[in-house]
Amino acid sequence: MNEEEKIITEESSLPQNAEHAEAQPDPGQGQTSLSDSVKTLSPGQLVLKRFFRSKLSIVGLAVLVALFLICFIGPFFCGDVSYDTVDLNGAPQVTTEPIVFVVDGVEYTMYDIQYTPSINMKDYPSADHLLGTDEHGRDVFVRLMYGGRVSLTIGFVVVLLETLVGVIIGGIAGYCGGIVDQIIMRIVDVFYCVPQMPILFICSAIMSANEINGFARIYWLLLVLIVFGWAGTARMVRGQILSLREQEFMLAARSMGLPAGRKIFRHLIPNVMPQLIVSMTLGLGGIILTESTLSFLNLGVPPPYATWGNMLGCLTSGDFTIISNFFNIWGPAGICIMLAVLSFNFIGDGLRDAFDPKMKK
Amino acid sequence: MVKYILKRLLIAVFVIFGVTFITYTLFRMMPDNYVWRKFEETSQSNPNWQEQALRVMELYGLNVPVVKGYFIWLGQALAGNFGTSFIDGAEVVSKIKNAIPISFWMSLCVTILQLVIAIPLGIRAAVNQYGPADYITTVFTLLGISLPSFFFAAIMIKIFAVDLGWFDASLGSISMDFSGNAFEKFLNQAWHLILPIIISTILSLGGLMRYTRTNMLEVLNADYIRTAKAKGVKKGNIIYKHAFKNTAIPLVTTLAGILPGLFGGSYVIEQLFGIQGIGYVSYQATLQGDIPFAMAYYLFITILTVLGILIADIMYAVVDPRVKLGK
Repeated sequence: MNEEEKIITEESSLPQNAEHAEAQPDPGQGQTSLSDSVKTLSPGQLVLKRFFRSKLSIVGLAVLVALFLICFIGPFFCGDVSYDTVDLNGAPQVTTEPIVFVVDGVEYTMYDIQYTPSINMKDYPSADHLLGTDEHGRDVFVRLMYGGRVSLTIGFVVVLLETLVGVIIGGIAGYCGGIVDQIIMRIVDVFYCVPQMPILFICSAIMSANEINGFARIYWLLLVLIVFGWAGTARMVRGQILSLREQEFMLAARSMGLPAGRKIFRHLIPNVMPQLIVSMTLGLGGIILTESTLSFLNLGVPPPYATWGNMLGCLTSGDFTIISNFFNIWGPAGICIMLAVLSFNFIGDGLRDAFDPKMKK
Repeated sequence: MVKYILKRLLIAVFVIFGVTFITYTLFRMMPDNYVWRKFEETSQSNPNWQEQALRVMELYGLNVPVVKGYFIWLGQALAGNFGTSFIDGAEVVSKIKNAIPISFWMSLCVTILQLVIAIPLGIRAAVNQYGPADYITTVFTLLGISLPSFFFAAIMIKIFAVDLGWFDASLGSISMDFSGNAFEKFLNQAWHLILPIIISTILSLGGLMRYTRTNMLEVLNADYIRTAKAKGVKKGNIIYKHAFKNTAIPLVTTLAGILPGLFGGSYVIEQLFGIQGIGYVSYQATLQGDIPFAMAYYLFITILTVLGILIADIMYAVVDPRVKLGK
């Protein structure tokens, strides 16, 4: 990010920003010399400063950090309760059967009491189960934490990998131009126009038919999401690089005879980074939503593994009593998805504004 | 211009070819073949079911290698013959035609509502950036994007249909025991579709609003706006005459991209409400491996998508004189 750094640093030492920097630390101090009042900020600091000015970004960041901490550290405090632990301490089924018999004219009644432990299912929230138990007697809160691990991890892995693929392919297309660009872009067009949801339906049907179940399915799901998700990034990167190529600093780089690798990695990619980071942040939310929609349609990660999406799967089971009476089973997972996606959107929005060099405020 | 459009159409043909090939290959990768499964079910009463199954599969080009099978399908499709649906034996084209209207009218309502609500909100948010109006609209619309559609729909169903009883809790697109004339039928259907339309609108508001806001902010930061302010142009004039015209450029291009969505239906909402629209029907067809129907549907959707992108690019040149096509 060096090229941009210099430019913005110069900009930040302009008088109007200096006044701004002065106004914040101590407004009452009055006259100070210019060198004391001017605080030179590096572009990173500048972006951070702008980012933290937006309250929504801070809220988003805080919520996200909290979700991550709870999901990744929380389960260590749950003892041996895991996502598939069934609580057998439900209201025991006690059947009493009177047996009446008469000995020497006296009537005795004996009771045959059978005590069978049962699955504690659809329990309401209590101290033992903070959010109650689901229809199979598993602790909703514990599942929520394990589900968060899977959902959040899927989001990050998919977005990182598809961005990587997109940057490489889009970068090559934009930098080389000509026939290479034409060929690559036609392939990108095909992948860009593939209807995403139906393809995912077919892929999960293929996975089910091939009996890819359990955890392996998560990896396949990752692969499918990446294969059909990189085209958007590639298009964006190519477009950016095409317009950057025509700018003066690239002309300078060319006339200085810089090698291609240096031009790409030192001059072009850093200039695409802001847009990339923003689109990645927003993409994270999208992937979490896609994963949850798939799991909701029972096409994603199968139970007993927990993800936020398949915890909502009970809505499709046709059991209307769950929808109307047991909000504690499906509500928390939905709220978690919403919070996570919302936070990513807030952060993405904040970053977009913060990276924008035109924003003087 | 004409040359450019012709070139783009050629590319479009290639894209459609590629997409349908990928879809077809994926379908053929489903080992659980629909025809085979159906005939297997009759295996007890029908001793030579395997023979019959093979014959039907041959008819549809399902027992040949994928590439050859694809070209058999393509040849038939180019001749306008999409075959009959495996599931109910209905003509594929008429099945698609029957399922589209309800999805189309729903999407049209959603799109119009979305435009009328999202664009003014986006402009207002951009004008008062970081003001209360900005925060409120941003939070609400982002909530809309962030809610999983099925989760939001379930909550709305619970509140408005089950608890309050304003809508038919048995969902669907028409009352089960409905009888009446055409006008009553229309009213009844409208009553059933209000809730899904509201849900889809709320869910889709955020994207367009944020897009409007982003573009508006960009324009408002431009130098010519500062000049206009310096000249003393009225605020309303600056926003709606100077700024909005330039904001409209990217908006027009996105609107053209909405085109396929109008006919594509919504998988989740139609599924949840049991509305027999194109989304619902194609979802069922996809999961069951009904290749003739699903392939025809995906061909249709891909054509619309490609057309949408093409129209968007042409519109871009039409509304923005700086853009020259053909480069």
